[in-house]
Amino acid sequence: MSEEIKKFLYLNRRAPYGTIYAWEALEVVLIGAAFDQDVSLAFFDDGVYQIVKGQDTAGIGMKNFSPTYSALGDYEVTKLYVEKESLEERGLTVDDLMPLKWEDEDEDWAEKDSIRLVSREELARIIDEQDVVFSF
Amino acid sequence: MKFAIQINEGPYQHQASDSAYMFTKEALEKGHEIFRVFFYHDGVNNGTRLTTPPQDDRNVVQRWAELGEKYELDLVVCVAAAQRRGIVDDGEAERNGKDATNIDPRFRISGLGQLIEAAVQSERLVVFGD
Amino acid sequence: MSELHIVNKSPFEKSSFDSCMSHVLEGSAVLLFEDGIYAATSGTAAAEKVKSAPGVKFYVLGPDLKARGLSEERVTDGVEIVDYARFVDLAEEHDKVVSWV
Repeated sequence: MSEEIKKFLYLNRRAPYGTIYAWEALEVVLIGAAFDQDVSLAFFDDGVYQIVKGQDTAGIGMKNFSPTYSALGDYEVTKLYVEKESLEERGLTVDDLMPLKWEDEDEDWAEKDSIRLVSREELARIIDEQDVVFSF
Repeated sequence: MKFAIQINEGPYQHQASDSAYMFTKEALEKGHEIFRVFFYHDGVNNGTRLTTPPQDDRNVVQRWAELGEKYELDLVVCVAAAQRRGIVDDGEAERNGKDATNIDPRFRISGLGQLIEAAVQSERLVVFGD
Repeated sequence: MSELHIVNKSPFEKSSFDSCMSHVLEGSAVLLFEDGIYAATSGTAAAEKVKSAPGVKFYVLGPDLKARGLSEERVTDGVEIVDYARFVDLAEEHDKVVSWV
């Protein structure tokens, strides 16, 4: 393995369930967490729908994988960038999203928000700062 | 330059595999290194040896296999995605009680860690999808 | 850093081109290929976006234009027509590739 830590960004631009991309992208993130890189996720365009709370898939016969987002904090994936404009365009606010948290061991395991609301412009800069960008 | 290639779509349905092939071939001819070609999502379907495409059109699977052969490429099909979609090698057949295999011998089935490793070890990741 | 953004879907089919354009910074480049080549054609809303993106260099993959029967005359002024060899070079020249599927 390379000794240099790279900044990995996973782009999440699609809604859940209509296609498998959201779920299979999450599987990459979970496996990737073991590789100790500097990982961030970006939720924008329809990707913001992936973390909307209250998902109930019983009626469509598919597995509800949304609880897995709550586990990201335990995998030390704590930077979930959510684009404001994407939320607004869809009539959503951060209150519609799952309360995703992580525990900061450097601050006595204080619970913190993993969701970082960013503007479109800020997200463009975040993308620019990365070493590797994954698309699904 | 060391490249990692990710292909998210199956043969023929989308142009992704074709574009990835053309890019990869060009990169190799220019003397670049392709660390790994990783097939994810429906991309795993590029690894079946059972396609019979029309004679007058390209053979997507064969083309990858031949390029793989010529340049000793590491063509990796993701195990989780392959299990879902029924791309099977001997090991998977035995582990999961399947009575057949269908993977093209130039491809190998392995875990998502291979994609991450490729991204860590390479200088450029290029993703082809839809 | 500078990015090579690659867009492969038609701007009339999906919002991927628009989303890319909302996130591209000066000094980066956009390469249009597969159905994305339609965003490089003049007289379209996409052409307006291409023309009003200061500091961003645009490329379109010639083989994908030809495949779709689009002549070079139809390409928006300022968009450079490239081949796969140049696509590879561009991927090397920029610090990373961002794929807008």
